[in-house]
Amino acid sequence: MSPTHIAAVIAVGAGLVVLALLPRYADAYYLSLAISLLQFTVLATAWGLFSGPTRYVSLATTAFFGVGAYIVAVLGEVLAWPLVLLIAAAIGALMAVIVGISTLRLSGLHFVIFTFGLAELVRQLVIWYEVNKTRVLGRYVFVDITQNDIFWQLLGLAVAVFAIGWLIARSRLGFALRIIGEDETVAKHCGINVTLAKVTLFAISAVFITLVGAIMAPRWTYIEPSIAFNPTISFQVVIMALLGGAHRLWGPAVGAIPLTLLFEFLSARFPATSTLIIGVVFLLIVYALPTGVAGLWERVSRRRAAAPPVQA
Amino acid sequence: MVSSVTRLAAGLAAIAGVASLSAVEPVLAQSSVKIGYALSRTGPNAGGAAVTTLPNYEMWVKEVNAAGGLKLGDKRVPIEVVQYDDRSSAEEAAKALDRLITQDKVDFILPPWGTGLNLAVGPILNKAGYPHLASTAVTDRAPELAKRWPNSFWLLGTSSGASNTLVELLVKLRGEGKIGDTVAMVSVADGFGIDLSAAARPALTKANFKLVYDKTYPVGTQDLSPLVNEAKALNPDVFIAFSYPPDTLGITEQARIAGFNPKIFYTGVGTAFPLYKGKFGANTEGVMGIGGWSGDSAAIKDYLVRHKAASANGAEPDRWASAVTYASLQMLQQAIERVGKIDREAVIKDLQSGTFDTVIGKVKLENNLPTKHWWVGQWQGGDFYGVGPASNEGARTPIVPKPAWKAP
Repeated sequence: MSPTHIAAVIAVGAGLVVLALLPRYADAYYLSLAISLLQFTVLATAWGLFSGPTRYVSLATTAFFGVGAYIVAVLGEVLAWPLVLLIAAAIGALMAVIVGISTLRLSGLHFVIFTFGLAELVRQLVIWYEVNKTRVLGRYVFVDITQNDIFWQLLGLAVAVFAIGWLIARSRLGFALRIIGEDETVAKHCGINVTLAKVTLFAISAVFITLVGAIMAPRWTYIEPSIAFNPTISFQVVIMALLGGAHRLWGPAVGAIPLTLLFEFLSARFPATSTLIIGVVFLLIVYALPTGVAGLWERVSRRRAAAPPVQA
Repeated sequence: MVSSVTRLAAGLAAIAGVASLSAVEPVLAQSSVKIGYALSRTGPNAGGAAVTTLPNYEMWVKEVNAAGGLKLGDKRVPIEVVQYDDRSSAEEAAKALDRLITQDKVDFILPPWGTGLNLAVGPILNKAGYPHLASTAVTDRAPELAKRWPNSFWLLGTSSGASNTLVELLVKLRGEGKIGDTVAMVSVADGFGIDLSAAARPALTKANFKLVYDKTYPVGTQDLSPLVNEAKALNPDVFIAFSYPPDTLGITEQARIAGFNPKIFYTGVGTAFPLYKGKFGANTEGVMGIGGWSGDSAAIKDYLVRHKAASANGAEPDRWASAVTYASLQMLQQAIERVGKIDREAVIKDLQSGTFDTVIGKVKLENNLPTKHWWVGQWQGGDFYGVGPASNEGARTPIVPKPAWKAP
């Protein structure tokens, strides 16, 4: 390891310690804001894990997020918390595998539409079950989880998603996925099991998204399908990842943090017009930064490298 | 590359332009009482909040400030409002309230609209020690919630209360020989419809009514004619629809077209809205629905006039949660003025134990819940009056059987 690497590791470690101590110093509002930041960082990074290399745009974020929240609503008061999270992760993975096997053979646009429909499908299934079987629609989440606990769990999850993303990028799987993203036919001819690779990654990404939903659920006390399966989350995550640049592991986080802060600033200062302004921001990002901040950064550094060295 | 940066900069400038158009709150005056709220200005809850909640909040603040403000001790202190849009999202509502409490440091908070959002903000208001006067939440867990969060007050009651009162009224009318015992019931597959139909089913069976038709339909169903026609074919004495505003209008319209005119025709949320009268006019006569108020009381008549005058477009309040919402503000005001200073703990105590003079009459809470609600109302002579429970002061005698539909 070079000294720069060691310095980077120390810096990251110190940063994490500072973050972990944040609930001791922050008041309820800043803690709330920090929870939002972590939530979207994990969601956007997990989204980018799959959609970055494969270039499939998934709008299923809210389907997995909502399932996670619902599992907490159903099991939260019955089972121990770690067990609930474990079950949430398992169900998220299972759902992703089923959905993945049946849809990842579809090409780009069909996949986008299917994932958008998936969120609605899951929502309707939950409603059907609650209406006809349990005969209650709203569920109450009274578990002993404080805001600090939510913050720490999300922080842990953020560390995990970056670690896993880093490992995948250096694995055979990561390499295979990059080839698939460039040209799927070529990848097949190279002997890559394209479906297996895509489904595996889709499941890993879905596990993280499901866990975020599960961890966030105790914040709301009351869950019903319209709260858990809110389609806005899917779109916010896509736009954050696109702003940052989904083809880099750190890209989605670079988009998630400023946009979360921007949304927060807008809702605080311009409560009446914030939705309108957010829409304009979405348009601008797609129009002005098609490859995101990461893409812009790469172009800038490439140009700098290509420029002739200045003569002394 | 340069062009994309330029484009981004131009766009940001445009945003700044749009943003600066929306007025920034005026600089705060000295010695004011800061009152904050986050309401759904956008999203699926926006309609309900715009009819029931916002006009009452604005009217109350206007009235209090016109009188010089809240009376604290021997001086009057004007109200200053801080408000946000929760975008109908539980997460946004939670964040907005955290912001109101720790950043804006407001003195009191008015609750959001709807059951889900009131529950979402419950723990936050409880932890920070703010009184929580939920006037638009209907939940069977109300007694339990009031115990869990002693600062919370659940003024609109429980869904089983709504269903049981309706069944009691039916039993009474059957005893008087005005109706038979066949009932057709439809309900919307969402929180409200499910809760109320789940409570009504056993209550009807226990009272020996025959439930000849029992169907649910998804939220947003456009074509309600099959439901109405199937119910009509069974020729029931009583038709109950636990419906939401769009379906309430749709079902009424279909019933009129099909000439389905049971002795009792009951529809859900929206029946008590001024919009309902606007659409059906004289055909509202005899239609029953959820809610109601003591339309004959002087206080309610006066409230109706003031509400119309205060709203920008002369909008009328709905005949159910609107008056309760306004009464909750009167209660808060009376509690604050009795305490005489910004002491939230003392205000909560006063709300728990005091008696309040409001537009819906004298209110005294028991275990943080009112003892009286209006659950069944009926359109009579162009206004929506409370008919059940019959023991409530000002209850009108229901018109049964319902008069025939007229051609529009």
